[in-house]
Formats: sequence, structure tokens, C-alpha cells
Amino acid sequence: MITRRTLGLGAAALIAAPAISRAQAPLRLLVIGGGFGGASAARFARDSYPDVQVTLIEPRTRFVTCPYGNLVLAGTKQLDAITFGYDAVRARGVTVIHDLASGIDPVAKSVRLAGGQALGYDRLILSPGIALRWGAIEGYDEAAAGLLPHAWVPGDGGQTALLRRQLEAMEDGGVVGIAIPPNPFRCPPGPYERISMIASYLKKAKPRSKILALDAKEAFSKQGLFQDAWNALYPGMIEWVPGNRDGKIVKVDARERVLETEFGEKHRVAVANVIPPQSAARIAIDAGLANASGWVEVDPVTFEAKAAPGIHVIGDANTAPPMPKSGFIANSTSRQAVASAIALARGAAPPADASYFNTCYSHVGDEYGISVVGIFRPGPAGFVETPNSGGVSPRGNLPDQRRLEAIYADAWYKSITDYMFGA
Amino acid sequence: MSGLATPRVRIPRTVRAGEAFEVRTLMEHPMETGLRQDGGRTVARNMLARLAITVEGKPVFEAAFRNGTAANPFHVVHLRLSRTADLVFTWTDEAGRTASTTHRVTVT
Repeated sequence: MITRRTLGLGAAALIAAPAISRAQAPLRLLVIGGGFGGASAARFARDSYPDVQVTLIEPRTRFVTCPYGNLVLAGTKQLDAITFGYDAVRARGVTVIHDLASGIDPVAKSVRLAGGQALGYDRLILSPGIALRWGAIEGYDEAAAGLLPHAWVPGDGGQTALLRRQLEAMEDGGVVGIAIPPNPFRCPPGPYERISMIASYLKKAKPRSKILALDAKEAFSKQGLFQDAWNALYPGMIEWVPGNRDGKIVKVDARERVLETEFGEKHRVAVANVIPPQSAARIAIDAGLANASGWVEVDPVTFEAKAAPGIHVIGDANTAPPMPKSGFIANSTSRQAVASAIALARGAAPPADASYFNTCYSHVGDEYGISVVGIFRPGPAGFVETPNSGGVSPRGNLPDQRRLEAIYADAWYKSITDYMFGA
Repeated sequence: MSGLATPRVRIPRTVRAGEAFEVRTLMEHPMETGLRQDGGRTVARNMLARLAITVEGKPVFEAAFRNGTAANPFHVVHLRLSRTADLVFTWTDEAGRTASTTHRVTVT
């Protein structure tokens, strides 16, 4: 009879003969990033491939979600409610290492950690998220973000909390300025949900206040639905200035809270939320995976980086139009990426007939939700939206639909965060 | 009929003689082609016809607009100057109305 004890001895013996041990050792799947892409990948790998050894590297011990951060700004959720730990991930059998992955050696198949350790892998899932491009807006650097919060990369939640405190401290009648970047960026409807949620707070607490949304773009996600809702719920409160009416912010004066446009108009505001242009997170760029615009091009079936096969890049760091940079896409694509990684490591073909699913819900008021849905598939040159697979919520005065979609949004959030971080 | 909007121009205040510099212009205008339907009715044509940039009365740049020009036309052009001058930017619509703005550029 083979007992755990004798098996252990056998394993010890094999370490002395590494050439033999590789054939017997479990496949090592290394996941960098413990957010929507990485935590979902780790979960899927443990559920579907119990014989694969899964290690997750994530510097933070607590994860604050981007989704529902705007409800913290509205004051209807607290940060605790959108913050998650990794205990359940560990309990599922994932080795979680809280350290920063600082470099990748794709030839040696090794990841270097900031703490000095090096971890070998058979396949790498890289889901590092985004970096804010400090300096892309003149004067907007990390120090400026302490005065004009971006609240776009939640980190420990400090940025969201700071913006909320500034809104609470603002006098009634103040102007909240929001600078919105050009495409592509994390969470296409996010800035407009944010406008809506800040307006919902101001309407209750500071009804004479205004929101000045200065946008580098001329159009945005779910635009008709958002603008209908703004007119209905917050009449006269929100001014949205598109890029072709000089909405693009190119410079800020953080101390004076001045947002300056491309043509030199200076908007002085009471509270400024600056959402700067973005790129893939630093590790992806340092590893040479990103293209000239700062995002990682991937194979639409396996999500391997075009610049480095064997490294599967999911989540907001990749460029996969027409799919949005959303938590749901990160979650949905993680399964195909993991299944492909394991199949390829075993010399098999990646799963055929992949499909990727996305819904972006947005809250625009109390009991008022809207959504955009899409199904995507790999195409001959990238990703293709399946015709008539989704669309946006219908327009019109539909209070029941809006109320239900707000409930669906809450259910979506609970279900996806349970999948990643729940027991 | 109301007049044209106030043009926006971003241009350096000082440039080097003979060195190309970038000029950005933005003119708010609906650029209605006369083809668009709105609730069963055709929206009347209302287009900018051209943008001209002159230096001491002499044209240095001219653009003619057609149906394909988007609302709120945004143009980036590169110019060169040999000496300090006033640049006059003039937009003219198809009804002959104009909007102008003048910017002095100092050549060092």
C-alpha cells in the first residue's frame, strides 16, 4: 500500500534526479495579479485541473474592486463592502504569495519577485492590470494625485476614500471637475457611472453643485442612456464637454485645482477627479510584451502575447477590441486562457469554439441601472462581436426595467466576487 | 441667424525662424449636410465652406470643406515663418458669414 509517507519519500528521491522528476511533477501554472483576471484564472484552474499546481502572485493582501467604487463615492456603499481577502483562494489550494512580480524571463520560464525570490513556471498567466501614465497630462503625477484623485486604480482604497472625503467637504454650490481620457482605458462606462453617482450624492446633499465633465472623446459607452438619465434625474447639474468642443485636458495645476484644456481654457473647480491616460501595467511593458501604444496584443484563442508565446495575458493589460477592458471580460477570458495554457503545456490543442461574454452594468441613480451586453469570439484577425448577441438597455421611460437592472447589477457583483474570493 | 462661434487656436507664442511649428484649430459648428433626417424632417444644410490662414494678407494655408467634414472641425497644420508676424485665421460658412482670430507669433 502506498501511504502519504512513502509517497513523500519518493518525491524526495526524485528531487535528486530532476531530469526524471519533470516528467512526473505537476504542471506549474503561475498567475501574476490577483484581480478579476488573475483570481478568476486561479479559481478556474483549481476547479478544472486539480492536478495542476497553481501559484498566485499579488502584492496586496486585500483587493478593492473597481466595480462598485462609484457607489462608495455616492455614499451608498462603504469601502469594506468592496474589499476582499485571499483566505478562500488559499483554502481552495492556490499558493498565494504576497509579493510584487518585478520581472519575467520568458526563456528560462522564471518570474523574479521584488522580495528576491525567483519562481519557475511551465505556463504563465499574466493579469497585471493597468498603469496610469503619469505625465501624460502635464502636471499630473503621483504627488498631484494626492490632491486631485484619480480613484481609477483602487490600490488600498485610499484614492476612492480621498475623493469621497473631498466631495463630503465641498461646499454646496461647488463644481466637481472630472477629466476623462481618450480610448482605450479601463472600464469604458466607468467615468459616466461616476458622473451619475457623484450627481446622486450632490442632489441629496449639495443640490446647488454642478459637475463639469471634460472629455477627450466625442462619444462614450451607453451615451444615450446616460444622457437620458442625467436629464431625468439630475437636470441642469451635469455639463459634459466632448473633445471636439475643447473638453480634452492637457495640463493641471494640482495646488490651484485648475484643469486646462487643449486650447488653453482653464477650469478652476472645487473638487477635481483626473482620470489620466493609461497603459498596461509596468511588468508587461518591462517584459517587452506591449506594443507602441502600451497594450499587449494577444492571440484571440489562447491569449498568448504575440511578443512572447507561453505567456497568456488577460484582463485590462491586453488590447482586444471590440471587447471592453472590463472585470467581466477579464473573468470570462481567464477560462479560455487557462484551458489553452494547460492544453499547450501538455502538447494538446487549445479548446476550440471559444466565446467570451461581457455585461457592463452601470448604476445611474437609486434603483436605476443600465447595461451593455456582448458576446465575442476569436476571428481571423483578432476578436469579433457575434452579430445580434447583445446590445444596450432600451431607451425610454422604463422605471421597472431600470429598477430590475439595478438589482441584476448587484447580483452580478455578488456572483463574480464570490467566484473570485468566496468560499 | 446667429453668427459663427468663437474660434479656438493653439499656437506657440515664439518660434525659431524657418522651423516648422504646430498649429491646432477647433471651430464649433454643426456641419449639417442637408441630408440628415430628424423626426421625418430634413435638417437644413449649414456648413462651413473654408478655413484660411494668412500672414500679412498672403495665404499660407487654405482648406475647403465638404460633406465629409465632421461637426466641430479640428485641424492641425504645420507652418514656418521667417519673421515675426500676425497670423489671421478666418472660417467662412456657405452663407458667407465669417469668424476670425489673430495670433502674433514672434520669431527668434
